[in-house]
Amino acid sequence: MHPIEIDSVVKSFNGRRALDGVTLSLGQGEVLGLLGPNGAGKSTLVRTIMGRVRPDSGDVRIFGKPAPAGDNVARAEVGIVPQEIALYPNLSSFENLTVFGRYLGLKGAALDEAIARALTWSALIDRAGEAIKNFSGGMKRRLNMAAGVLHRPKVLLLDEPTVGVDPQSRERIYQMIEGLKADGTSLVYTTHYMEEAERLCNRVAIIDHGKIIAEGTKDELVRATVGEKREVVMVEKVPTLESVFLHLTGRELRE
Amino acid sequence: MISAVIRTGWLNLRRDRAALMLSFIVPIVFFSIFAGIFGAQRSKTPRVTLAIADEDQSERSKQLIDALRAESALKIVQSKKDDPKKFDAKSAEAYVRKGDAPVALVIPKGFANWKLSFRGNAEQPAFRLLADSADPIADQVVNGMLQKTIMTSMPEVMIDSGVDEVDKISGGLTPQQRASIQQSMDQYKAFRAQPKSKKASTGELIKITKTDIMGENKANVVVALYAAGIGVMFLLFTASNAGGALLEENESGTLDRILTTRVSFTTLLLGKLGYLWTLGLMQLCVMFLWGAFVFKLDLFHHLAGFFMMAIPTTFCTSAFGLLLASVCRTRAQLNAISTLVVLTISALGGSMFPRFLMPEKLQKAGLVLFNSWALDGFTNVFWREAPLQSLLLPMAVLVGFGIVFFAGARQLIKRWEVA
Repeated sequence: MHPIEIDSVVKSFNGRRALDGVTLSLGQGEVLGLLGPNGAGKSTLVRTIMGRVRPDSGDVRIFGKPAPAGDNVARAEVGIVPQEIALYPNLSSFENLTVFGRYLGLKGAALDEAIARALTWSALIDRAGEAIKNFSGGMKRRLNMAAGVLHRPKVLLLDEPTVGVDPQSRERIYQMIEGLKADGTSLVYTTHYMEEAERLCNRVAIIDHGKIIAEGTKDELVRATVGEKREVVMVEKVPTLESVFLHLTGRELRE
Repeated sequence: MISAVIRTGWLNLRRDRAALMLSFIVPIVFFSIFAGIFGAQRSKTPRVTLAIADEDQSERSKQLIDALRAESALKIVQSKKDDPKKFDAKSAEAYVRKGDAPVALVIPKGFANWKLSFRGNAEQPAFRLLADSADPIADQVVNGMLQKTIMTSMPEVMIDSGVDEVDKISGGLTPQQRASIQQSMDQYKAFRAQPKSKKASTGELIKITKTDIMGENKANVVVALYAAGIGVMFLLFTASNAGGALLEENESGTLDRILTTRVSFTTLLLGKLGYLWTLGLMQLCVMFLWGAFVFKLDLFHHLAGFFMMAIPTTFCTSAFGLLLASVCRTRAQLNAISTLVVLTISALGGSMFPRFLMPEKLQKAGLVLFNSWALDGFTNVFWREAPLQSLLLPMAVLVGFGIVFFAGARQLIKRWEVA
């Protein structure tokens, strides 16, 4: 049973098709990279999985059960790390985690334990009492992630979690994700950084114009697009996932 | 360079609807409201409603009432609406206490035999004015009109009384009479020079006593009257500002995150309402406590009435804050709209200028605003000291408004629920 299954999902906004028959699944313990240019449909797809977008047609299933839009009970095992810093800036790390822990249904000792674990995991235990508006971008990003895993979800949706952070914070975020991966959490990971996808993802799906235009491991994608022959020719320049991405989606600016 | 800076300012203003609204629409709206309130009052003499209790029931008292009725500045009422029974002193006082008239006149028994006295005849029955000092002008208008009416509309009284007085004073103008006139004039001068009693201001030639039936036992009448007005206005500002947290959550993506947890939209809105409600209640308590300790507002004798009004009022203002937030798309838009709306309904609802001093049309129009009901309720508690049952209607209206506002906010916010 797949943690997430998306079947022929179509969604249009004002006549413009944002998702055009997307079919995709996330395997158990897998990290699925979701790549695509700006406006390709990544965020709409993630928000559809989150239950914040109602598909015009098609289904989303979570652990085999239908998960219609707005049904948060069906998504009890799903955690969200939005692209925005979706936290209260005037509250401290501890207070933010308390708020979201309670919203996620945690209380008492379970909540205290979850907060302590999340603060340690995000390396913010020493800054637990500080208002987060004074934090650096990287610290906010880490706390943003911590707030999404308080209830130990089996599936985590990460929407560009490393935007605007320095290499050190990014490295720490990678370690956090690798920790989740090691614990067996299934992840959907959207990013514009190809090296991130190469490092973290078992499998990659490339979306453009609302359609999944390629899906597979990095090697599978390289073979299917750039081709093995070219790998031989380009001995000095090893094909990267970025070259696959650009080959599939083109180099023209989208916006 | 300076022109480039000026141009940049105008370009930014042109694209900032909120700033444009604050710059041009808000002043025009306020100008119109206050021009409506004050302009209407200056265009003609405001009519003062005067309740009259005729204890004399004589031809002369009827003549006086008719003469007063002919005055364009007065609106004479002799009985309650749909009640044929005419006022006596007690029911006229109750009429003023209820706020239906700012002043009542009691024509004393014996007015038919009343004589003009230059010497302040202590035995002469006095006209009694029962005034609500919340309207500081009405009793003075009535006092003046009464003096004028008797002088001009009842000349025979003046002649009779004058002849009697001359006859009494002159005595044929003998030296003794001259001395007597002088003595009487001296007495009159001395009488004129007497300080006015706090409770009873004596008219010129006509004896009139005034009783402030509403404000006589209140330490600070202005505070009693305005505490609620200012309190309710700031409740509205607080509620609309705090309701804006919802917009900030939407803009920051926090709302999306919350709505993927176990919190439903209705739960979230009810939670916000609860927060705003408790915040408003606390704000109102702090304000009235300040009034009690610093300005001697009599809060502690009116605690039941205070809470009976404060609870539905803060419920209603909280729901209104959520409604305002749900109408707007951004925090900036909310700031502009809430400033306009709160100041407008505060002006019309009586927070800035007492409703009973507004033109009658504006008073009636104000009843469609929930804050008018809140202010009327608080006025009943602290000013009129009306029985608690009188608060049931404003309470019910406020709860009704609150439910409608909350339902409206819930409906409008549906657009954020699921795309």
